[in-house]
Amino acid sequence: MKEMKLLLVDDEEEFVKTLSERLEMRHIQSDVALSGKEALKTMDEDIPDVMVLDLKMPVMDGMEVLRLTKKAYPGVQIIMLTGHGSEKDEEEARRLGVFEYLHKPVEIENLMQIVTKAYKNKF
Amino acid sequence: MNSKNLWTRFTKGLLQNADDDTANRYRILRRNIFILMFLITIVPLIIMAVIYQHEYQASLKKEIVNPLKTLANKTKHSFELFLEERLSVIRFIASSYSFEELSDQKTLNRIFKTLMDEYCCLIDLGLINKKGIQLSYVGPYEFLGKNYSKQSWFHEVVVKGNYISDVFMGYRQFPHVAIAVLRRTEEGRYLILRATIDTSKFDNIIASMGLDQESDAFLINSEGILQTPSRFYGKILDQYPVPLPMGNYGPIVVEEVDPQNRKMLVAYAPFAKADYIMVLTKQRSALLKPWYTLRSKMLFIFAISVVTIILVVFKLVDTVVKRVKEADEKRELAYREIQHTHKLASIGRLAAGVAHEINNPMAIINEKAGLMKDLVAHDDQFRKKEKFLGLTDSILQSVERCKGITHRLLGFARRMEVQLVELDVNELIQETLGFLDKEALHRNIELKLQFTDNLPYIFSDRGQMQQVFLNILSNAFAAVEDKGQIVITSWEEDSDTVGVSIRDDGSGMSEETISNIFDPFFTTKQKGGTGLGLAITYGIVKKMGGEIKVTSKQGEGTIFTVYLPKKAKIGPGE
Repeated sequence: MKEMKLLLVDDEEEFVKTLSERLEMRHIQSDVALSGKEALKTMDEDIPDVMVLDLKMPVMDGMEVLRLTKKAYPGVQIIMLTGHGSEKDEEEARRLGVFEYLHKPVEIENLMQIVTKAYKNKF
Repeated sequence: MNSKNLWTRFTKGLLQNADDDTANRYRILRRNIFILMFLITIVPLIIMAVIYQHEYQASLKKEIVNPLKTLANKTKHSFELFLEERLSVIRFIASSYSFEELSDQKTLNRIFKTLMDEYCCLIDLGLINKKGIQLSYVGPYEFLGKNYSKQSWFHEVVVKGNYISDVFMGYRQFPHVAIAVLRRTEEGRYLILRATIDTSKFDNIIASMGLDQESDAFLINSEGILQTPSRFYGKILDQYPVPLPMGNYGPIVVEEVDPQNRKMLVAYAPFAKADYIMVLTKQRSALLKPWYTLRSKMLFIFAISVVTIILVVFKLVDTVVKRVKEADEKRELAYREIQHTHKLASIGRLAAGVAHEINNPMAIINEKAGLMKDLVAHDDQFRKKEKFLGLTDSILQSVERCKGITHRLLGFARRMEVQLVELDVNELIQETLGFLDKEALHRNIELKLQFTDNLPYIFSDRGQMQQVFLNILSNAFAAVEDKGQIVITSWEEDSDTVGVSIRDDGSGMSEETISNIFDPFFTTKQKGGTGLGLAITYGIVKKMGGEIKVTSKQGEGTIFTVYLPKKAKIGPGE
């Protein structure tokens, strides 16, 4: 199995960079995007296998990114990770084909497990 | 417009009473409606009774007065007939015999004898000449040669042609009436024939009236001297004690009070020729006896009606006011429930907002602390490794705790949205207990869960159900002492119903408390109890088509049992 390409999208830089660092310590390489736009741009250059996506972001929110990604790159496995989880959002996200819907804060081991599962799910 | 305003103000004032305290308000309302209804029903009744009494009395009087008058008149006619008969006989004799014949004692004797046979009551008969000298006489007395020229009757007969005297006592002390006629003969001589009549016949005429004990009939003259004996007012020639009506009159009936203080109806019928008045009296009380009986009957019916009306009105007003009170209370409850729901909804929204905002920084703390832990864990050189790992673990645990809190807050917020979802009752109770386990820990309360595994899901509203269990559990917590025990049991009651019981070993409740426990605003908590918790609980359970029961023994504890249908049948609630 070739190495997984993981994209972390979150407007909280402190959060997403630390998460990336910790994943790296666990031998998972990840790219970081700080907004929806940036995420889409990054994707155009290099399509990731799995994307961990925040829901509430300025300008373009996670739901929009999810919609556009699923349209452009249906193969990308998307995990929602949000502090703003109403049941309605969760329903909507699942309808749009999200792999998993998680609430912040999340345990790193738990996240890794789900990411790995998502990656495996791709094939 | 003005009167309309007045009316509105009147009815308002009557039916509402500003902002008095509640009990007083309903008391006043009850009183006012009672008075109003009582008056509305009783006043027409009274008016009717008065009018009826008046009319009846009037017609009754008429019915009594007329026969009285008729009888008096009829009797008067009998008397007149009797006297007229005597007069015409005397007149006939005066005109059919000559002066010489009549002055002959023998002839007069013969005539008198014949008269005695044909007409009763004649006592004597005599001829008197122009100068008033008795020329001939037949009778028991010695009147021959007696001069009458000085007596008033003599002048009257000379002027009027005939005369009927008042009753007088004759020489033998029994009542007589003298009658006399005058005739002018062809020769221009005066001839006066005078006869005396025994009045015992008068008594017969009066007796023939057939009077009862309360009545009296007699003759008087125009001075009020009794001409016949009276039952009430004395014997012949006594004075009639009641003043006579003034002036000329035909037969009339008047009301009098006699010296014995009896109320009498008196009929007076004056004679046309003689100076007599026929008097017929009857005691009013006797006449009005039917009226008094009727009046007492009517009074009785009236009293019964009034009592009935009072009872009915009282009962009616009581019911109406009770209904009004209930309606008011229901409205109040609904209002408070809405207020409560609104309050909860606002708190819910606030809680959700806070939870969301906290989750993001919490996630950063989580990652930073996690990274610190990672770094320390991978660095074998780190001197205080164990201490640091302990610290970071503590931070991560706190984050985990915060997460629990925010999740609960979010769950609370979600409860505000009413929707039917599949619920695991066991899980729901456990979640609800999350709100209370801090208290349980502090107070050392033992929570014993006896859940049936694989309990069928129920289809109901999560928030409302949680509120049901939260309210019951809060009461259980309030009831138990520290170190008390609360046992929660769940089971499948039947194919459609799930049962949950919550038993505490707390203070228990009295019968009276149990009977009021689901009433709104009923509370036994010293402070802070709104008295709404169990009322709302009851409402929700009923709304979902379930049942709630409570059994309790003072000093032993209380068991609340809730039966929930697997599929909520949404009803109007209670």
